[in-house]
Amino acid sequence: MKILIVGGGMGGTILANNLARRLASELRSGKARITLLSASERHMYQPGLLYLAVGRMTPDELYRDQASLLEHDIEFHVDPVEEFRLDNNEVRTKSGKVHGYDILAIATGSRPAPEEIPGLAENAEQFYTEESAIKMFRRLQAFQGGRIVIAMGVPHKCPMAPLEIIFMLHDYFKDRGMLDKVKLHYTYPIGRVHTLENVAKWAAPEMDRLGITYETLFNLKEVDGAKKVVRSEEGGETPYDLLITIPAHRGMEVIEKNGLGQRGWIPTHRHKLTMEGRNNVYVLGDTTNLPISKAGSTAHFEAETLGENIAAIVKLGAPVRDYDGKVFCFIEAGKDRATYASFDYQNPPQPKAPTRAVHWFKVAYNKLYWASARGLL
Amino acid sequence: MARRTVDARGSFCPGPLMELIAAMKMVAVGDELEVLSTDKGSASEIPEWLRKARHEHLGTEEKDGVWHVLVRKAR
Repeated sequence: MKILIVGGGMGGTILANNLARRLASELRSGKARITLLSASERHMYQPGLLYLAVGRMTPDELYRDQASLLEHDIEFHVDPVEEFRLDNNEVRTKSGKVHGYDILAIATGSRPAPEEIPGLAENAEQFYTEESAIKMFRRLQAFQGGRIVIAMGVPHKCPMAPLEIIFMLHDYFKDRGMLDKVKLHYTYPIGRVHTLENVAKWAAPEMDRLGITYETLFNLKEVDGAKKVVRSEEGGETPYDLLITIPAHRGMEVIEKNGLGQRGWIPTHRHKLTMEGRNNVYVLGDTTNLPISKAGSTAHFEAETLGENIAAIVKLGAPVRDYDGKVFCFIEAGKDRATYASFDYQNPPQPKAPTRAVHWFKVAYNKLYWASARGLL
Repeated sequence: MARRTVDARGSFCPGPLMELIAAMKMVAVGDELEVLSTDKGSASEIPEWLRKARHEHLGTEEKDGVWHVLVRKAR
């Protein structure tokens, strides 16, 4: 049984390691084979970018060599896929090599697309790449005061990021003794400050308490860099001295070019995680079109389900369980307090008041992540 | 004119309205979208956004615990 995993981010890496452990004897005997194809020899801990942007992590802490994270029985190549030939059960890579498969898992992830909003890429800071997060940090360090506006596109990776960055910015400027010179203004696409109603019920009074102003039903339309104003699809307009964006995301270009899904999101069965119309193609992480958070946590829980199911296909001939929509997200509420939201398709989250203990657990997880990627946690 | 379904049943985060806003980018002016939601809040939240964003609300119907909100992209 040839299992091919495309994408070496959180989903692809956890899936590969989970499967390698479950199929250890089959890999040794040659009954099964796992190949992982990635675009990069390095693996990035993407949630660390938030901390990088406010000077609480450094770039070297975000990376490990991808090969060092993988079980030794996994065949790993830095050779991204350029062509999916699903009718022939094979892919062609950038180097021209063709890999056949019995089971394919696609976990190519997503990318920020600030260029879709006129004026946004040129005039806003963001923290979704190492380069942009460092640039934002330097901009914050040089900031002497004024109005900071947070504005975002939909969908975006990590739905907690808007709240986390506004609260972390508050504490960042508090520590610099600049709160009297900085006005923080938060905008959000729907009619409350966060899409999770229970989270919004906690976050809005928290913003009131901290003097953070907010404006809802605000979807980015355009940025006028000369006048320093940002305008919304709903007719709103707000001035800024420093604009920070959580950009709308798209799936990867290779998915769009191969016609696997509009805007790079592959139509996926919500429980089986199969690509629609394909029984031997699985999709996980940001790449799916499922109505759940584009977040590492989602990829993690999907990878665990798929690891169990694909191993069961090898051993028993059929998958054994459904993905239940499980997501668990930490929510940093500043520099030293955090809470979390845990939910699935059936059960909404019931977040608690932020505590120092949850924050320190998140700080610990920032290190434990590498055990998570190895499929150990 | 085409019609597309936005299956947001069981979606707490990002939620049905966010799913609709994202789906709006994938259809042409004049196309219809049918949002499926298991959150009764969608029955008021989605029309509120449609009014503000100047799109059309064609109707809402509840069947067996699922709200079907029909929308037309107007601009």
